Amino acid sequence: MRKKDRQVPVFIINRLFQAIGVILVMSVLVFVGLYLIGDPTSMLVSPEATEIERQALRKALGLDQSIWVQYLTFLGNAVHGDFGRSFLTGQPALQLIVERMPATVELVVVAMTFSVVVGVPLGILAGLRPKAPSSKAIMTGSILGFSLPNFWIGLMLIMLFAVYLGILPASARGETVNVGPVALSILTLDGWRHLALPALTLGLAKAALIIRVTRAATREVLPMDYIKFARAKGLRPSRILNVHLLKNILIPIVTVAGLEFGQAIAFAVVTESVFSWPGMGKLLIDSIITLDRPVVVAYLVMMVFFLVILNLVIDILYMAIDPSAREKVRD
Amino acid sequence: MDVSSMQATAMTRQEPLLSIKGLKTHFATRAGVVKAVDGVDIELGRGEILGLVGESGSGKSITGFSILGLIDPPGRIVDGSIDYDGLDLVSMDEEARRRLRGNDIAMIFQDPSMTLNPVLRIDTQLIETVQAHAEVSTAEARQRARDALVQVGIPSPDERLKAYPYELSGGMRQRIAIAIALINKPKLIIADEPTTALDVSIQGQIIYEVKQLCRRTGTALIWITHDLAVVAGLADRISVMYAGRIVETGTTADVIERPLHPYTQGLIDSVPSHATRGHRLHQIKGMTPSLLNLPKGCAFRERCEKATPECLVAPEPTLLPGGKSVRCWNPAL
Ligand SMILES: Nc1ncnc2c1ncn2[C@@H]1O[C@H](COP(=O)(O)OP(=O)(O)O)[C@@H](O)[C@H]1O
Ligand code: SF4
Ligand SMILES: [Mg+2]
Repeated sequence: MRKKDRQVPVFIINRLFQAIGVILVMSVLVFVGLYLIGDPTSMLVSPEATEIERQALRKALGLDQSIWVQYLTFLGNAVHGDFGRSFLTGQPALQLIVERMPATVELVVVAMTFSVVVGVPLGILAGLRPKAPSSKAIMTGSILGFSLPNFWIGLMLIMLFAVYLGILPASARGETVNVGPVALSILTLDGWRHLALPALTLGLAKAALIIRVTRAATREVLPMDYIKFARAKGLRPSRILNVHLLKNILIPIVTVAGLEFGQAIAFAVVTESVFSWPGMGKLLIDSIITLDRPVVVAYLVMMVFFLVILNLVIDILYMAIDPSAREKVRD
Repeated sequence: MDVSSMQATAMTRQEPLLSIKGLKTHFATRAGVVKAVDGVDIELGRGEILGLVGESGSGKSITGFSILGLIDPPGRIVDGSIDYDGLDLVSMDEEARRRLRGNDIAMIFQDPSMTLNPVLRIDTQLIETVQAHAEVSTAEARQRARDALVQVGIPSPDERLKAYPYELSGGMRQRIAIAIALINKPKLIIADEPTTALDVSIQGQIIYEVKQLCRRTGTALIWITHDLAVVAGLADRISVMYAGRIVETGTTADVIERPLHPYTQGLIDSVPSHATRGHRLHQIKGMTPSLLNLPKGCAFRERCEKATPECLVAPEPTLLPGGKSVRCWNPAL
């Protein structure tokens, strides 16, 4: 028992070390990559600026140094929590990102909730009766949601609800309410109206995936002896469905939903661009375009951390769902 | 035969608990109709133990699932009747059947590593079985769960109740499955090769204990097995199944010592203990035929040493005195 208690932190620490390794490799790649792409100062000064003005700016931003010196300086500062300032605005990169975070998190949480609430029941339905016309309709819908490009779905929704019906706004965040330092849309009706289309766009794509995973898992679990045994015990169908089936299909669903959640938080670029949603994805794409290296690097470092933590949370959820996973952690 | 089984046999003649007549359960597959169960008759008295014996694929499990109403498409009961205690199980609506399952008629499955739900605790799996059939508090249901574990001889039941299946051995899991089957005091238990997946030593124990439990509680039992030796010491009567049909039924003593059907004869001769007593060790020749491609007439014809031209027509069951019955043109009378 004591062994069990001590094992969990060890596996968490291992993960964090892995994360640091990934961050180091990734930051080198991003540094070199952006260095090769071009000179950010060309974005910052007016085309008429003289070479002397440019030189002065390069010096001010530390860009006159060799790439390796720049990298080591960055590392040294990063260890102390300083990720540098945006070339463009001069604001601390971290602050820029954190300011944008609530918008993205809000969008993704609503979208993922939608995808799970819609996707899991539809997936189970399609898995229970794979041959029924309703199941075939569900699967066709899922293939569409899966294969149509996200931006296209977004544009179609804009066409329908914003342009044609004119009932929902097509861009920006709408009215927000501050909860402490965090601005939230989900507390106002106007916020929800603005949130609806981007969340639906993102949520439909994710729901398509959740449906497929749920259906596959349902089809795998249904023929299991323990389901037949549950029926032989005379359990009510609702209990078999909501407990015996659901608890077992939850494992693949949590995996996929968790990874998709992380993916969406880190890279909700397309949806945010289509709807001019002022979130982190929009910030990332803008920063890449302007070669605003401190923001891009800080962003990616944060996202690696976030994804590692998310993976840990998924693993802990596994352990809550699947008792034998608790055992496997020890190995 | 002990006293209670004599009584059981006597009662069979009066009012059977279970009476299956002409049961046919077929599977419509792409390759053709698989007649997994094709005209099965079974009669079982209260508290009686029946051994249902036959090689793998002969339709034993499907017979058991048909009784419980657990046949899934493409399978379907296409003909016959299953009368349980005056109720017609075939035409009964699903909710009524659910209320019988696990309450009046319970089943134990073959592979204990698969029958318990891996993500639910043992207590959950026992308690839900109680609460599916009776409005009792969880505390009361838990008490019954504990009693059921004690009844099947599980040591430190309180600890086991909190365990997950993966923490228990195969024998322990099967005991828990048996406890689940017994928990609502059913009148009939269908045990589908419950010891096949277990060690030989545990096999013997479990067979002995289940027999004791059924005798003590007056529960009728259908024990399904491919191994005639297993039911020899357990069953009051034996039905031998071949290719979806019962080919011979009789008391255990009659079937083992005076088998009528050539297939039963073959099964007995292939049990090693009989060979060492002077019989030659005998394997039934040929292979189990595919259910999609059975020989015309008697399904055993191509493997049978006593086959005659009449056997090109399928024999019907012949009822003989003493509750015996045989499906053969040339039985060893
Ligand atoms: N779902 C199914 N689809 C098609 N055939 C099936 C299905 N289930 C069982 N069968 C067939 O029914 C026959 C009897 O199976 P079963 O009752 O499980 O045999 P056993 O005597 O070994 O328990 C087998 O030949 C099997 O191929
Ligand atoms: S009916 Fe004929 S073929 Fe079938 S078992 Fe009897 S003797 Fe053999
Ligand atoms: Mg079987």
